[in-house]
Amino acid sequence: MNPQSTLPPTPAALPPKTGENSATGGRRGKGPRSEVRLFAGLGHVALAVWAVIVIVPILWTFLAAFKNTSEIFSSPWTLPAELRWENFGRAWTKANVGRYFLNSVLVVSCSTFGTMLLGSMAAYVLARYRFWGNRAIYYLFVSGLAFPVFLALVPLFFVVKQLGMLDTYQGVVLVYIAYSLPFTVFFLAAFFKTLPTSVAEAGMIDGCGHTRLFFQVMMPMAKPGLISVAIFNIIGQWAQYQLPLVLLSNAKDKWVLTQGIADISVNAGYEADWSGLFAALTIAILPMIIVYAVFQRQIQAGLTSGAVK
Amino acid sequence: MRHGKYPFVIGFLFAPVALYVTFVIWPYAQAFQISMTNWRGLSAPQWVGFDNYRKLLDDGAFWKAVQHHGVLLLALPLITIAIALFFAFLLNVGGKSSGGQRQGVWGAKFYRVVFFFPQVLAVAIIAVLFQMVYRPNESGLINGVLMKFGLEPILFLVKPNLALWSILAVLVWQAVGFYVVLFSAGMASIPGEIYEAAEMDGASRVTLFFRVTLPLLWDTLQVAWVYLGIAAFDAFAIVAVLSVDGGGPDGATTVLAMEIYRNAFVYSKYGYASAMGVALFFLTLTFAALTLRLTKRESVEY
Repeated sequence: MNPQSTLPPTPAALPPKTGENSATGGRRGKGPRSEVRLFAGLGHVALAVWAVIVIVPILWTFLAAFKNTSEIFSSPWTLPAELRWENFGRAWTKANVGRYFLNSVLVVSCSTFGTMLLGSMAAYVLARYRFWGNRAIYYLFVSGLAFPVFLALVPLFFVVKQLGMLDTYQGVVLVYIAYSLPFTVFFLAAFFKTLPTSVAEAGMIDGCGHTRLFFQVMMPMAKPGLISVAIFNIIGQWAQYQLPLVLLSNAKDKWVLTQGIADISVNAGYEADWSGLFAALTIAILPMIIVYAVFQRQIQAGLTSGAVK
Repeated sequence: MRHGKYPFVIGFLFAPVALYVTFVIWPYAQAFQISMTNWRGLSAPQWVGFDNYRKLLDDGAFWKAVQHHGVLLLALPLITIAIALFFAFLLNVGGKSSGGQRQGVWGAKFYRVVFFFPQVLAVAIIAVLFQMVYRPNESGLINGVLMKFGLEPILFLVKPNLALWSILAVLVWQAVGFYVVLFSAGMASIPGEIYEAAEMDGASRVTLFFRVTLPLLWDTLQVAWVYLGIAAFDAFAIVAVLSVDGGGPDGATTVLAMEIYRNAFVYSKYGYASAMGVALFFLTLTFAALTLRLTKRESVEY
């Protein structure tokens, strides 16, 4: 990565195309200037168009949340005549969005906490201790990255059922944790390996036990890695749809937000409560925008951390 | 350092391993076994060997789903990567160069923040959002506009030959921002001197892109392709929520995950659903292996 040492070979690799470029270079004359302008101009249009495509559906949802049914059907572009906050009240209480929202918060906070605790414990031991079976256990965890959840769906349903945890919070939380472990262990093990050994050794000499060393020395040192993986897990578990659909199917009072909103959208047609559905969608989207606006740098880093190995 | 190592190691590993084996490894192992039975959940499962797999070969819905995965597998990565590469290039090296430092176009930071946002939303929520966007009457975002201009509404999700593409468009809508950020990170690590040297030789923007950026970004592209391919093999949430009656109309948008879910939890054909799961597993594995193999080439050191 040191440009000083690795640069020389690269210009040498370029010459083949310098030839063909100098052939066109003369014809272009003052080309680069206008080319830059044209390219940047077209680029700007494309970027702006995509930004509109991303923003407009979301903005339109927010506006429609304040409309009534006849306004929704008259024109998608007009503003609501008045701010009908009662749409949100209806969504929050009557359509149970409040309940689903709090369920999601409860499940995801428990499962992310559990994932981080168990995942970092396992990753730490696997990364920094030599013992018989270390590699086997590591590969057992990492192999989970290669399996689609759908392969396990049927047996998983029956395992949870036999444990009596179908339609319970703890069932969903434990399953979320289990399915988040492969990536968490894989990522954190690599991270713990990069931490210097000198600090750990100093701690040991001071008579610090293994457990205390982990919680009071290694965990704080691993903070950047832990934050990235925690963000990755929070967003992944918040978005989870298929697992709660299978594991909570008969306990409507425990449904998570994704499940609840999807269900409302099916029923909205029968009850003709479109504004309620838009309000429900707004309740689901708006907090994510706020969280994202505050933590966008960390969130981008956390979510892409999986791909940059 | 040695003192009391094993009790500590075992103490730390016990809970995660127990949880992982119970809910992940054990079900995966069982899936292969159940796929060889005709289990319907009530009586004891009977061993039927490869019967379920033979049935799969004659199952129209299964082949439709596989075909849709084929379409998604080609189109989703191709479209997403093309758009994301174009934007990432604009945002990182598209602007003017000042003092040898390549810059993105004006507003690059804003675009990067906005484009990435859909990635934060749950796919199920996005599916509900686009159900509204695609609605076939005046209440839909797109058709509301079309009908204002006196045009016929487009039946995005109802027309069999349009439905899958409508769903694909939503997947692209969500994915582009993620890959813009991913490619941006890759482009940022390409030293500016290389661009400078190429530009001094009179390379145009287009040449820069194809001869410098693309080859140096190859590893990241490979990762992107595998990720998008794996996403193309899932697509459950979007199809289950967005499409007309779960994979419709008439199976025009169904995917394997949808068929597995339906066979298992609607028809209680657990053995058959598991066989589909195994098929999905081998398809995913084959795809990942093939991609890594086919796209393998000397990565350029810099």
